[in-house]
Amino acid sequence: MSQVSDWVADAEIAPPLPAVRGTSLLRRSLKLWRTRIGLALVGVIVLVAIVGPYLAPYGPSTPVPGSAPNSDPSSKAVLGTDYLGQDVLSRVLYGGRSILVMAVLATALALVVGTAIGLVAAYSRNALDDTLMRGMDVLMALPQILLALVAVAIVGPHAWVIVAAIALTTVPRIARVARGAAQPVVERDFIAASEAMGVPRWRIVSGDLLPNTLGPLMVEASLRLTYSIALIAGLAYLGLSANLNGANWGTMIKQNQFVLAVQPWGAVAPIIAIALLTMGTGLIGDGIARTAAGIDRARGEE
Amino acid sequence: MNRFRLGGVWGFILRRLLLGIVVLILVSILVFLATQALPGDPARAILGRSATPASLAALRRQLHLDQPVLTQYWTWVTGLLHGNLGTSLEAQEPVSTLLAPKLVNSAVLVALAAILSIPLSIAIGAWAALKREKVFDQTSSNLLLLLAALPEFVVALVLVILFATTVSHVLPAISTVPPGSRPWNNWVALILPTLTLVIAVAPYVSRIMRASMIEVLESDYVEMARLKGLPERTVLVRHALPNALGPVFQVIALNLAYLAGGIIIIEFVFNYTGIGSATAEAVVNHDLPVVQALAILIAAVYVVLNLLADVATILVTPKLRTQL
Repeated sequence: MSQVSDWVADAEIAPPLPAVRGTSLLRRSLKLWRTRIGLALVGVIVLVAIVGPYLAPYGPSTPVPGSAPNSDPSSKAVLGTDYLGQDVLSRVLYGGRSILVMAVLATALALVVGTAIGLVAAYSRNALDDTLMRGMDVLMALPQILLALVAVAIVGPHAWVIVAAIALTTVPRIARVARGAAQPVVERDFIAASEAMGVPRWRIVSGDLLPNTLGPLMVEASLRLTYSIALIAGLAYLGLSANLNGANWGTMIKQNQFVLAVQPWGAVAPIIAIALLTMGTGLIGDGIARTAAGIDRARGEE
Repeated sequence: MNRFRLGGVWGFILRRLLLGIVVLILVSILVFLATQALPGDPARAILGRSATPASLAALRRQLHLDQPVLTQYWTWVTGLLHGNLGTSLEAQEPVSTLLAPKLVNSAVLVALAAILSIPLSIAIGAWAALKREKVFDQTSSNLLLLLAALPEFVVALVLVILFATTVSHVLPAISTVPPGSRPWNNWVALILPTLTLVIAVAPYVSRIMRASMIEVLESDYVEMARLKGLPERTVLVRHALPNALGPVFQVIALNLAYLAGGIIIIEFVFNYTGIGSATAEAVVNHDLPVVQALAILIAAVYVVLNLLADVATILVTPKLRTQL
């Protein structure tokens, strides 16, 4: 997964034709079943992550009274207990929040910084463009997970380190898409017209360039969110999260992987949660990409 | 950028090579600064609060911390170039002896995955393009989209659940390669890790193959070939397929580059004895010299494969070749 799709995004977005406002693109993409299914999947998982902790029958790390570790599903523990005798269902209900919050934070941060860098680079068309994009190339020379691991090895597995490392490695990938989408727009007459009218540069970048790059950026954002979720859950699975026995889907999978033959639910339930979430974001991204491509094709035929 | 334009394919390769070297130098500085960035005394941070003054001094000497920063960087980089990757803090062994067999194991795994996944995904992509919008195309496209969205460790664990633990128990869930042994000595243990890598790569390669094949099938020269009465088989095998493969090479190289990072977590799932699980372990154990060496190693593989991707694209796309 991960970095590979840089080119997939490139291939599918195709040269962007201007001014499909973000909201109308989203609305149109909802005509596709894949977007609806994706939205439903993500909706369910987000709901679980938000209200789950209030519904959980037990605390995230309290052993179920009267139940042995790895006990089968029963009336006391609907999905059984894990290797420490904790309630699997409660831990699943607690375990989504941190992953979601971190993934959304990292993606949003990267989206803001990456878009700014990409648009400024495309608009400047000079040495600044070269410098910025070469810098992005260097950041992209490391696999995302490797940079995150190096950061964690140095500073420690704090939540902010993981968010910062993933945001940092996501920035160049978003900047490339933003620059690619903005480049043809920069050459258009209405930009020259704005310049001639003396519109300040920052307003050209934010008012003219940004709205015209939203389509590709939305596709990229959903893609990056999918990968951020995978990376954060993956790091927790490797044992790199702030709380070693925290209720976190990645941590749960790691802890209960070795009792799969005895009590599968401890690992299977969080696996299902992560799978539904990432398939959901993947479907939404594909829906938006197809809609954007369809709009482009329709314009090409006009 | 265009002032030093060296003509032709070789000029292009040379320029990309230089960029690659610059990138690696910057990565080495980044990785080196990593040790410097440790808050306070790195030796104390590594050894912990209970360290004795003697062991602290020894570690400082071992890490060359008693010298100026530039000298330290120079010693470290020249060591790297001579194959001296430092000493593992955990195993107290040279990093190179520690990692050499693991590097071979990982290479075997990735090569196996490449040999299986490339023809398979090219076949899926080409067939989907031929049956465009039909049942096979729709099914394979949607299935591959969902597979591509799944994190690799989830794919790996689903395979473990299906074949090695809960549902059936026909394959081993653990693929450790014992010291002195070779991965192929216990080939059954290679099946699940290889399958995971194949599933991680196949969606991307078959997707681009499908897109590329559709474009070629709609081209004028394929229509020409059909109109002059060539058998459909010849049209496909001799005319369409070779031309559709161009963009696929780049994607294959990019995917192999991606695997350089992807194996970290996949090897860890199966406890496969390779550089991927070694990276994860070194990070968990705070074994900084090993983390540094592996970061440089993986970055180098990544840079080289990305370079190959660019060169492959240029070589198979005559239009780009003449533009250089």
